[in-house]
Amino acid sequence: MKCKICNNESIYKNYCKIHFCEYFEKKVRSTILKFKLIKKKDKVLVAVSGGKDSLTTLFLLKKFGFNVKALCIDEGILGYRDNTINTLKEFCKTHSISLKIISFKENFNNSLDEILIKKKFRPCSVCGIFRRYLLNQNSRGFDALATGHNLDDEVQAVVMNLIKNNITTLNRQGPISGILNSTKFTKRIKPLYLCLEKEVMIYSYLNNLTTKFNECPNVSKAFRLRVRDSLNQFEMNFPNTKLKIITWFINYKKNIKRGVNSPKKCKVCGENSTNEVCNTCNYVRKIKCL
Amino acid sequence: MKIYIEKKDKIISKKFNGTLKKLLLTLNINPETVIVVLNNELINENANICDNDELKILSVVSGG
Repeated sequence: MKCKICNNESIYKNYCKIHFCEYFEKKVRSTILKFKLIKKKDKVLVAVSGGKDSLTTLFLLKKFGFNVKALCIDEGILGYRDNTINTLKEFCKTHSISLKIISFKENFNNSLDEILIKKKFRPCSVCGIFRRYLLNQNSRGFDALATGHNLDDEVQAVVMNLIKNNITTLNRQGPISGILNSTKFTKRIKPLYLCLEKEVMIYSYLNNLTTKFNECPNVSKAFRLRVRDSLNQFEMNFPNTKLKIITWFINYKKNIKRGVNSPKKCKVCGENSTNEVCNTCNYVRKIKCL
Repeated sequence: MKIYIEKKDKIISKKFNGTLKKLLLTLNINPETVIVVLNNELINENANICDNDELKILSVVSGG
């Protein structure tokens, strides 16, 4: 199969290496413009793990000329996060990007490994809540917090929320998320929102941004994995299924009113919360970190 | 041909001639979930591969 632009050997659909990179970069640029994610002079903090999605996001925002800094949360997962942090440090050094690393240990007195030894929490639940808390606190002063969520991540979340009838959570999703009317919240943006995970992988491979396959030892997202596998089956048999679902979702979002309720303040830490006490402080109390 | 499957960190040998997509399906791998490298070059799933080739199958999905 040949590239439709230059007739060289194609590597993906009908694009060669060079024209695939052009196609991919154009898609990310147009996502930023279409959804008005950021403006040229915005200060952008990129949440990075060292994996292909976050590295691609950081690499491209820097390449496009945005004012970027990187933030990594070290949850303290031995044999997993320590590997990706080394990749990340090397990457930021090579590309002259300022990198800040903060840990669960220094903020909650315990690493994730230690928390899971002490308490029988669902790992992804406590990890996600603590991670979002720290991302939120450390992104103040920036215009946006960019994450590496791709089209596959987003479609999986849409389908999961539909299956579980979590309409409130569904309505919060999108290329821009977060409580936009709160000064305590930095808007979260997803520049890879319309890029298939496979496309991100190809781009990262071609630009030396890939890392060795590395799986979190706590991964146990059984439901998400089944949704992911089903969507990949659909994509194989009915190409563009994922894009069609997200296109439906974008149109659906245009027709719903955004929630106007202001968030409450957590009475323990003062951060945004939907309840009297936020989820992070609830977990901290249970672990007796403080 | 020799095939390295990164996710399983395993090398397998297989006799095969045909398109990459066909090979992946015979290995029970959904082409949407991997990229494949032949001599350090990515190849299209419609490319023909033959018995002498050495392939690397890299997983697309992130690990956690």
